[in-house]
Amino acid sequence: MSRTVLAAILATTALAGAVQAQDAVTLTIESWRNDDLGIWNDTIIPAFEASHPNINLEFAPTAPAEYNAVLNSKLQAGSAGDIITCRPFDASLELFNNGQLADLTDLGAMANFSDVAKSAWTTDEGASTFCVPMASVIHGFIYNKTAFDELGLTEPTTEEEFFAVLDALKEDGTYIPMAMGTNDQWEAATMGYQNIGPNYWKGEEGRAALIAGTQKLTDPEWVAPFEQLARWKDYLGDGFEAQTYPDSQNLFTLGRAAIFPAGSWEISVFNPQVDFEMGAFPPPVQNAGDTCYISDHTDIGIGMNAATEHADEAREFLEWVGSTEFANLYGNALPGFFPLSNGEVTLEDPLAQEFISWRDQCESTIRSTYAILSRGTPNLENETWNASANVINGTEAPADAATRLQEGLDAWYTPAQ
Amino acid sequence: MAARRPIRWHIAVFLAPAVLVYTAIMIVPLFGTLNLSLYGATDDGPRFVGLANFRALFGNPMWSDAFWNALGNNVWFFVIHMLVQNPIGVLLAAILSSPRLRFRAFYRTAIFVPTILSFVAVAWVWRLILGNTWGIAPMFLDSLGLKSLYAPWLGKEEYALTTLALISVWQFVGIPMMLIYAALLSIPDEVLEAAEMDGITGWSRFRRVQLPLILPSIGIISILTFVGNFNAFDLIYVAQGALAGPDFSTDILGTFLYRTFFGFQLQLGDPNMGAAIATAMFLIILTGVCLYLFGVQRRLRRYQF
Amino acid sequence: MRTRSHLGRGLAAHAVLLTYTLIALFPASVIIINSFKSRRAIFREPLALPTPETWDLVGYIAVLENGDFFGYFLNSLIVTVASLAGVLLFGAMAGFALSEYRFRGNTLTGLYLALGIMIPIRLGTVAILQLMVSAGLVNTLTALVLVYTAQGLPLAVFILSEFMRNVSDDLKNAGRMDGLSEYAIFFRLVLPLVRPAMATVAVFTMIPIWNDLWFPLILAPSEDTKTITLGTQVFIGQFETNWNAVLAALSLSILPVLVLYLIFSRQLIRGITAGAVK
Repeated sequence: MSRTVLAAILATTALAGAVQAQDAVTLTIESWRNDDLGIWNDTIIPAFEASHPNINLEFAPTAPAEYNAVLNSKLQAGSAGDIITCRPFDASLELFNNGQLADLTDLGAMANFSDVAKSAWTTDEGASTFCVPMASVIHGFIYNKTAFDELGLTEPTTEEEFFAVLDALKEDGTYIPMAMGTNDQWEAATMGYQNIGPNYWKGEEGRAALIAGTQKLTDPEWVAPFEQLARWKDYLGDGFEAQTYPDSQNLFTLGRAAIFPAGSWEISVFNPQVDFEMGAFPPPVQNAGDTCYISDHTDIGIGMNAATEHADEAREFLEWVGSTEFANLYGNALPGFFPLSNGEVTLEDPLAQEFISWRDQCESTIRSTYAILSRGTPNLENETWNASANVINGTEAPADAATRLQEGLDAWYTPAQ
Repeated sequence: MAARRPIRWHIAVFLAPAVLVYTAIMIVPLFGTLNLSLYGATDDGPRFVGLANFRALFGNPMWSDAFWNALGNNVWFFVIHMLVQNPIGVLLAAILSSPRLRFRAFYRTAIFVPTILSFVAVAWVWRLILGNTWGIAPMFLDSLGLKSLYAPWLGKEEYALTTLALISVWQFVGIPMMLIYAALLSIPDEVLEAAEMDGITGWSRFRRVQLPLILPSIGIISILTFVGNFNAFDLIYVAQGALAGPDFSTDILGTFLYRTFFGFQLQLGDPNMGAAIATAMFLIILTGVCLYLFGVQRRLRRYQF
Repeated sequence: MRTRSHLGRGLAAHAVLLTYTLIALFPASVIIINSFKSRRAIFREPLALPTPETWDLVGYIAVLENGDFFGYFLNSLIVTVASLAGVLLFGAMAGFALSEYRFRGNTLTGLYLALGIMIPIRLGTVAILQLMVSAGLVNTLTALVLVYTAQGLPLAVFILSEFMRNVSDDLKNAGRMDGLSEYAIFFRLVLPLVRPAMATVAVFTMIPIWNDLWFPLILAPSEDTKTITLGTQVFIGQFETNWNAVLAALSLSILPVLVLYLIFSRQLIRGITAGAVK
C-alpha cells in the first residue's frame, strides 16, 4: 500500500474519530468521597448516562485528607476537573470569590432548595449561589439495641437518664459504655461538642447570637457542653486518648462498645458490618419536656469549575443533581446523607428514617463554628477540635477552654453591628 | 611565558544536566514560593509587605508561640534520632561487617525492611501495637509483669512526641546502617589484617582503626539526620493528622508549615505566612548545614585507598 | 583460647542482630499476616495467624480488581527506575566534578546543589504544576520522572561527591598519564569504585519515590498514569476505610521495593569486592 493511501486512510479514521468524539462529552467530577466510588459507578452514573447519552461522567475522588490542598493547587494551575464537590461555607466561598467556581444562581434546579439548604453555598449578602446542595448529616447517638435489651436499658431522653444508662453499662462491665477516642480530635468536637451542644445554646438562636456578638463562648450555655464532655471521660474505656476514629468504629461494630456518638453517615458504614440490631436516639435534653435541638448540618454540595470547557453539559448535569430523581437515588444509596431537596424523598433504611424523623420533633441547626466564625486565624473550628479533645482528656478545664476559644475569636472577629 | 590554561569543558558537561534539571524544577518553583513571604493578601490581590510576615511570625504571640513550640519539638525529635538511631545504626553496621559473620545478607535485609515500608504502613501498625484498643502492647508488658508501665503513649501529651520519634528511629535505622556498612566495607582488608597482626581486635579494632576511617560517613549521616528531621512531616501527618495532637505536642516545623500553607479543614491556606515559615525553616537548616560544612567537614581527615 | 573468645563474640553478635531483626520484622509481619484475614478477625485478634475460618483473600481481590492493578504497578516501576537512572547518572557526574576539580565556584555550586535537601519540594507544588501544564506534561509519567529526579539530585550529589573524594588520586593521575580523557576516567575508573555509594543512594532515593502519594495525585492522577500508591489510596475513605484492601495493598507494595533493594545490595557487595581487588 502506498504511503499516501495509508496516510489518507489514517487521516479519515482520525476525522471519523473526531466526529464521534464531538457527540459525547466526558465530565470529570472532583470529590473527597472515596467512600462513594462504588455508588457513583454502579448506581448514579448509569442512571444519568441512560437519560443523557451525550454526556459521560467520570467520578475521580481524591484522598479526603488531601482534597482541599490538591483541589486548590489544581484550580490555581488550571488542571482541575469540570465538576467540583463543594465543602460547606468558607472553603467554597473562597473558591467562588477567586473566580474558580461558577455562579449557579440562575440554575433552574436551585428552586428545589430552601434558603437554609443553600446557605452553606451562598455569598454573605445572599446574592449568589455557587453550589447545588447535595446532602446534610444529622448528629445523634447510635446504640447496640441487642446490648440494651440484654441489660434492660431504654433510650435516654434527658441528661440524667443518659448518665444513668452509662453508669449501668459501666457497672455491668460487659460493654465499654461509649466508643469514642480523642486521638482524632474532630471526633471530640463534631460528635461531642456539636452533637450535644445545640440543646444548650438553643440551636440557631444561640448560633446567630454568637455571630451577632450578643452571646459569647464563655456564657454558661456555651460552657455547659464542655462540662458534659468532661464527664464522658469515665465512660470511654481504657486508653481512649490513643484511640482513633476507625478504632471507635471497630469497637462498636464488633460489639465491644454499646453506644456510639455518631453522625448519620455511620449508617451506611455500619450496616454491612454489624451483626446486632442498631437503634438511635437524639442528643439528650437538659430537663424533661425541653425543646430538643439537633445538629442538621449541610455537609456536601456540588458545583462547576468556572474554567471548564463544557459549561453547557456541566449545567445539564447539575440540573439533574438538583432533581428529585437524584435525591431519591442518592438518599437510598447512601443512607445517612439526607438530600436537601424540597422534593418528595422516600428513604428505605430504618435507621435513616429514625434520624430523619427527629426533624419533626426537634429544631434543626448547623454546626456553630462553620459560618463566618472560622474565617480568621486562630481558626475557631480547629481550636474547638483542640479544646474538645483536651476537655475530654481532662488536660484543660471547661471554663479555661471556653475562655481560650473566645480570646482567639476576639483576636480577629468583630461582630457586624 | 605561562601557557594559557585550556578551558576545562568537561567540568561544565559533568555539571550541566544536574544543574539544569534541578534549577528548572526545584529551585525556580521553590524560590518563587519563598518569595511569597514578602507579600500579603489584600482584597485587591497580593501586595508587597516587606518583612511584615516575619514580624508577625516572631512578634505576634499567636504565631510565635506555635513556631517556638514546633521548633522545640523538632529539636527534641532530632536529639532522639541522634542519640538512638545513629549509634544503633553504627553498631549494627559494625557487627554486620565482621569478617566471619554468617547469614549476613539475611540480617542486612531484615533490618532494612522497616525503611521500605510506607508511612501509612508504619503509622497503622505501630498504632495497632501501642494502642490499648486491641491490646498488643499491654498484653506484652503484662506477660513481663510490667503492666503498670503501660500508658496510651500516642495520646498523652508528655509521651506522644518521644513515641513518634522512636517509631521514626525504628523506621529509618536502615539508612545509617547502610551508609556506615558501605564505608566499613571500603576499608581495605590489608589495613584490618595489619591491625589484627598487631594484636588489635574486636572492640579495640573498631574504636582505633575503623571508627576514625569512617568519621566522614558519620559526619554525613549526622548532617542528613539533621536536615531530614527538620524537614520531617509525613510520619506525624499520617499518625496524628495535620493538627499534630494531642494539643500540638507532636507539632513539628513540617506539620506547622503544611497546616499554615495549605490550610486545614475550615482554615484556608495562607501561602504568605506559610512561605514565611518555610523561609525561617530554610534559614535554620541552612545555618546548621553551613556550620557543619565549614566547621566540621573541613577538619575531617580523609583517607584514600 | 582464641577460638573460645571468637565463639563468645560470634554468639554475642548474633544475639544482638537477632534481637534487632525481631524488632524490625515483627510489625511488618503483623501487616502481612492480617492482610490474609477477614475484617472482623483482624480486629478481634490482631496477632493471631490466619486460621481456616478467618482466612480471607477479600482484600487482595479488591486491590487486584480495582482498576488496572498491573498497569499501576508498571507505572510505578517505570517512574522509579527512570528517576533512579536520572538521579544516579546526573548526580554522579555532578558529584565527580565537585570532588575532583578545583575551580572557582566549586564550593558555591556544592552549596547551591545542596539547597534542595533543605527545603521540602512540596512547597513549590503550584509552580511545578503550572510549569507542567504549560509544557503539556500533565498526566504524563515524564512529569513525575522530572520532579523525582530534581528531588533526588541534591542528596545524591552530596553523598556521591563525599565518597568520590576517597578515590585515590594516584589512580586517576595514572589514568591521565595513560592518555585517558576525563570522561573515560569518570566512567571507567571512578564510577566502578563508588558502586557501594551509588547502590546506597539508589536505595534511599527509590523508597520515597515508590511510596509517594502527593505528586502522582497532583501531576498525574489520570487512570493511565496512576501509580500503585495512588491507585490504592481509593480504599481510604472519609469515614470508612477498607482495611482488608489497605493491608493487602501495603503488603503487595513491600515486595517490589524489597526486590529492588536486593538487586542494589548485590551491586553494593559486587562493587566492594571488585574495589578490593586492585
